[in-house]
Amino acid sequence: MLKKRIIPAFCAVTAVCTLAACGTFAACGTGAADRSGAASDADNGTLVVLNYGKYLDHSVIRMFEEETGIDIKLEEYESPEEMYTKFSSGSIRYDVVCTSDYMVERLISEGQVAEIDFSGFSYYDNLNPEIIEASQIFDPENKYSMPYFYGTLGILYNTTMVPEEETDTWSILWDEKYADSIIMQNSVRDTFVPALRLLGYDINTEDQSQIEEAVQLLIEQKPIVYAYYVDETADEVAAGNAAMALVYSGEAAYAAELNEDLAYSVPREGSNLWIDSWFIPADSQNKENAQKFLDFLCREDAAMLNFEYVWYGTPNLKVIEQLDEETLSDATIFPTEEILADCVVYKQFDQDTTDRYNYLWKMLKSE
Amino acid sequence: MYRLKRQFLAGPYLLWVAGFILLPLAFILYYAFTTDGGGFTLSQITAIADPVHVKSLLLSLKLGFFCTVVCLLLAYPLCLILSRFHFRHQSFVVFLFILPMWMNFMLRILAWRLLLSNSGLINSLFELVGIGRVKMLNTQLSVVFGMVYDFLPFMVLPIYNSMARINKDVVEAAKDLGANSLTVLVKIVIPLTLSGIISGIIMVFVPALTSFVISDLLGGGKVLLIGNVIEQEFMQGMNWHLGSGLSVVLMVFVIASMALLNIFDKDGGGAAVW
Repeated sequence: MLKKRIIPAFCAVTAVCTLAACGTFAACGTGAADRSGAASDADNGTLVVLNYGKYLDHSVIRMFEEETGIDIKLEEYESPEEMYTKFSSGSIRYDVVCTSDYMVERLISEGQVAEIDFSGFSYYDNLNPEIIEASQIFDPENKYSMPYFYGTLGILYNTTMVPEEETDTWSILWDEKYADSIIMQNSVRDTFVPALRLLGYDINTEDQSQIEEAVQLLIEQKPIVYAYYVDETADEVAAGNAAMALVYSGEAAYAAELNEDLAYSVPREGSNLWIDSWFIPADSQNKENAQKFLDFLCREDAAMLNFEYVWYGTPNLKVIEQLDEETLSDATIFPTEEILADCVVYKQFDQDTTDRYNYLWKMLKSE
Repeated sequence: MYRLKRQFLAGPYLLWVAGFILLPLAFILYYAFTTDGGGFTLSQITAIADPVHVKSLLLSLKLGFFCTVVCLLLAYPLCLILSRFHFRHQSFVVFLFILPMWMNFMLRILAWRLLLSNSGLINSLFELVGIGRVKMLNTQLSVVFGMVYDFLPFMVLPIYNSMARINKDVVEAAKDLGANSLTVLVKIVIPLTLSGIISGIIMVFVPALTSFVISDLLGGGKVLLIGNVIEQEFMQGMNWHLGSGLSVVLMVFVIASMALLNIFDKDGGGAAVW
């Protein structure tokens, strides 16, 4: 989903700073926006891009700047929630933003997203129609967003400690045999996925009794869980501190680079499909430049550079055509048709359900 | 004129206090007593009575209490030794205790996480000598351990300061009048260092009570302190009102514990440290 390698504590520190500096924040923000405005006099304008950290190859930016004369100002963030805070503080006007599916949905519902005019695109057809279709769960008419990378949620495991065939089901995460060597995600929605799927419920369920059943299952699991981590998950498994962990496929690919004994599996009960997508904010001042940029990202060469930089599943068919068999058959990067069929994109909950999940989450953590 | 100049010098500090202490505090108070719509409510404050919040507050109090007791038990004998016996480089030994404070506390906690982890250095040693792996990380104990490690200097310093201030003649006079070491300790040394002890207790208990980073890093997300609940409300739940409400309750606990201890602190000497 994202390459976030920081420690939650840092987020917290940032939060405190944000709180303490609400006033000053706005001031610096305006400064930054002014600067980008000043640069626009000289050439074909600017483009303020907001993206996950390390999620865009810098040579792609340079290529785009050289070809179009548009100046790109790249801003980065670590988590969708941080993006939301940055975005809605309004101190910088972003022209094009990449974020996770459910956050796109939230912003669409808040009326903060502009429609994208795909008819002017030359390379939009390069994108896999299946992924575009899957995006409809958060963008029903595909008019607000453009898929960038996608992947799944699954189990990262150490092949020296866990036999492959056991990772076929989520119930391995409840196996006493692996007590104190299971890492779960320290985020509400992700940790609920295995429990909901084991019970046979939809991961987007808003049914109170189903959610409560799931939390009971998670409470049962807690004593054998080693920890609930976010960013350090992959590193902990790679270091041998745990036998398996619930992770995003992107994290798994990263971990596999660190330790060759690691493998990744998406259990047969089904899981979450995540699609990081681009959108253009409604108050963007450079919508045309933003469209040009998105079109450019679909172009074969740019998409290839980005794929080789990020190494997540790309929806760009022209890139996929050029890949070798080994890369294509790597289920960590490209989930098979079979797996994809059982994976669902997160839907943004209504406020009551969100509150309920958050409350049950606190209950689980305080057990 | 002189007085005016002096007041002027305090200007930057006053600005700092206004901008970074009073203003955020006002924000917190505003959020704590309002709803999303901006109406007045007490529900963010009474939310502390929720079983989940009570549980994590009690856990915070419990871990904070243990941390303070352990710090006191470690620090007091140490200070006695440091101040009583005269050996060469005495100040160097005190310096050694302060030295870890020069390093960022989060780095030190991260280092402990590596040491205590399942396949960390300590467990590797255990395996080598045949004890086998012991689960140390991500327990309440590891959180208390981290707190003690981080906050011990805050206990040592005020106690050592107040002990160093005791006039040696007083102790000798007591001995001349026939008091044994125990009587000297109970009747002379402890009463004279009470202000230092109280300062130390406050300086350890308050950060331990409000801590959330240590429980996050050494608790592996399994130890939910009230600080973690507040952090979660701000960061994940996006519920700033509830987060602020709980913060206000926590502030009340902090102020109450300080007020309670101040009753014992008659001369206020030790307070000079903080």
